[in-house]
Amino acid sequence: MSARMIWRKSLNAIMLSLTGLCALITVSALFFILGYLMWNGGKDLSWNFFTRLPAPVGEVGGGMANAIVGSLKLLLLAALFGVPIGLLGGVYLAEFGGRTTPFLVRYTADLLNGVPSIVIGIFAYALVVMPMHHFSTLAGGVALAMMVIPTVLRNTESFLRDVPRALREGSFALGANKWRMIATVVLPAASRGILTGVLLALARVAGETAPLLFTAFGNRYWSPGWNEPTSSLPVVIYTYATGPYEDWHRQAWAAGLVLLGLVLVTNILVRTFLSRGTAYERS
Amino acid sequence: MATTPNAAAPADFAWSPRALLRRLRSADEIAHMITLISAATVLLITVLLVYQLWVLSAESRHKFGWSFFVTSTWDPVAGQFGALPFVYGTLVTSAVALALAVPLGVGAAIFLAELAPPKLSSSLTFVSDLLAAVPSVIYGLLGVFLLVPLMRTTIQPTLKKTLGFLPLFQGPSYGIGFLTAGIVLAVMIVPFVLSVSREVLLAVPRDQREAALALGATKWESTWKVVVPAARIGIFGSVFLALARALGETMAVTMVIGNNPKIAASLFSPGYSIAAVLANEFSEATGNLYLSALIELGLVLFLLTFVLNGLARLLILVTTARGSGVLPT
Repeated sequence: MSARMIWRKSLNAIMLSLTGLCALITVSALFFILGYLMWNGGKDLSWNFFTRLPAPVGEVGGGMANAIVGSLKLLLLAALFGVPIGLLGGVYLAEFGGRTTPFLVRYTADLLNGVPSIVIGIFAYALVVMPMHHFSTLAGGVALAMMVIPTVLRNTESFLRDVPRALREGSFALGANKWRMIATVVLPAASRGILTGVLLALARVAGETAPLLFTAFGNRYWSPGWNEPTSSLPVVIYTYATGPYEDWHRQAWAAGLVLLGLVLVTNILVRTFLSRGTAYERS
Repeated sequence: MATTPNAAAPADFAWSPRALLRRLRSADEIAHMITLISAATVLLITVLLVYQLWVLSAESRHKFGWSFFVTSTWDPVAGQFGALPFVYGTLVTSAVALALAVPLGVGAAIFLAELAPPKLSSSLTFVSDLLAAVPSVIYGLLGVFLLVPLMRTTIQPTLKKTLGFLPLFQGPSYGIGFLTAGIVLAVMIVPFVLSVSREVLLAVPRDQREAALALGATKWESTWKVVVPAARIGIFGSVFLALARALGETMAVTMVIGNNPKIAASLFSPGYSIAAVLANEFSEATGNLYLSALIELGLVLFLLTFVLNGLARLLILVTTARGSGVLPT
């Protein structure tokens, strides 16, 4: 072998193993994060953590029951506002759209999807908090809903497009009109994919902190109804992690573990059991 | 023929096939309208978002004009607002993040698209997608308690010893600062670079690789000289997409950047970013001018990401749509 050939072969081997190393580093980051959180947060998870209110500032103990319930309420609102709009909008893009409107909607949805979550927070502040003159669960829910809509919309569209033409034609041939065809044939056929998209969108906003900082704000007590500021897991993690107390830090780790666990478990379950292979794509 | 099928009595009209057809048609119309309204909501939200940011930042825009971006005094008490330190911090941390994440992400994407067997490739992509789903506050948590001490005791002193002659790596080691924020951001955007790059690499047709190999190229040569150039534009797209993410990323950066509006050449210095100042000061802003200056920062952030995202999507679209690898140079 000539020297040149040896050089080329060894360059080949080196560069290829380097790319492998890159992949290894990237992938191991997840396991590292998960392991580190379990190590640090696992020991502070207790029954109290899930059932008690936070202890008064400076005192040791207490839990995050209000933050957990607050997060669930915010997610409920996000789903209630965001999913129907996203779903129906997706139906429009896939089934009714002409040429220009769907292009415009699709492009705008992608751009909206890329808007930093903190800017969404400002928008929700201007839209809900400013007219109401106070922070509220409602405002937080609206902020999260605006992040759910574009994701659900684009997902629904792409899964509806995957439904074979023959199903639509069969339904028409049996005499169904368009909305019946959509409601009874196309949507059920795409339902698993659509559900995947909805759950992943909710899992994503469940971990959002920035849009809640000045909409749902925070609360050290229970938040009755929908009109009061509320605590939420991500905001509590932020506040506790940057706060001065040792006990807060330990609780932040525990809350981080709970949040990451919820998000990852949802992602894994949904992606393995619901989606068909690689059909779901982050847009 | 005395009668035609159409000559039904007027009373039966509502039940005639034609009327029924019309009613069903109008049900289609209703469905069309409802879905159209839902789709249009996305347009409405975006337009309203821009409108609100524009109107609510009016006071600050009128008072400071373009000098908002080139002055660096941020003094809410005196009513002086200059955004330069925040813009600087945002750009520097994003640049550090890109410098670290692009080689890593593209390298990993090459491995997944070109080398790894399909099964391994799809399971590794799955893990990378999960990594993208980790909430940013979790990255912040790890940043504060794991990376910051590590930077202070180990990484920054080492960098100073080896690369200390560069102004980038000088000054006291606080642990927090531009470099730490950049590293956290890098970990956060790698999955985005990876998944988009992998897709555009996979879109390059097989023939291109086979032709290069048939000419005697090694696997690496075919990848680096043929496949990567063919996917070049799409890879740029993935970089812009990641950059847009990095610019707007809030929580993790806020937790480790140091929150000090300062412009310094050293990456070890504490700084501030646009998103971080919004997170810290927005809910406490007193006075209309203060609030409107913050909202103007939000507007800047929005416009930056808007342009970058639009550009990124265009580039990715061009590569995957053409897919032929014969791209104009």
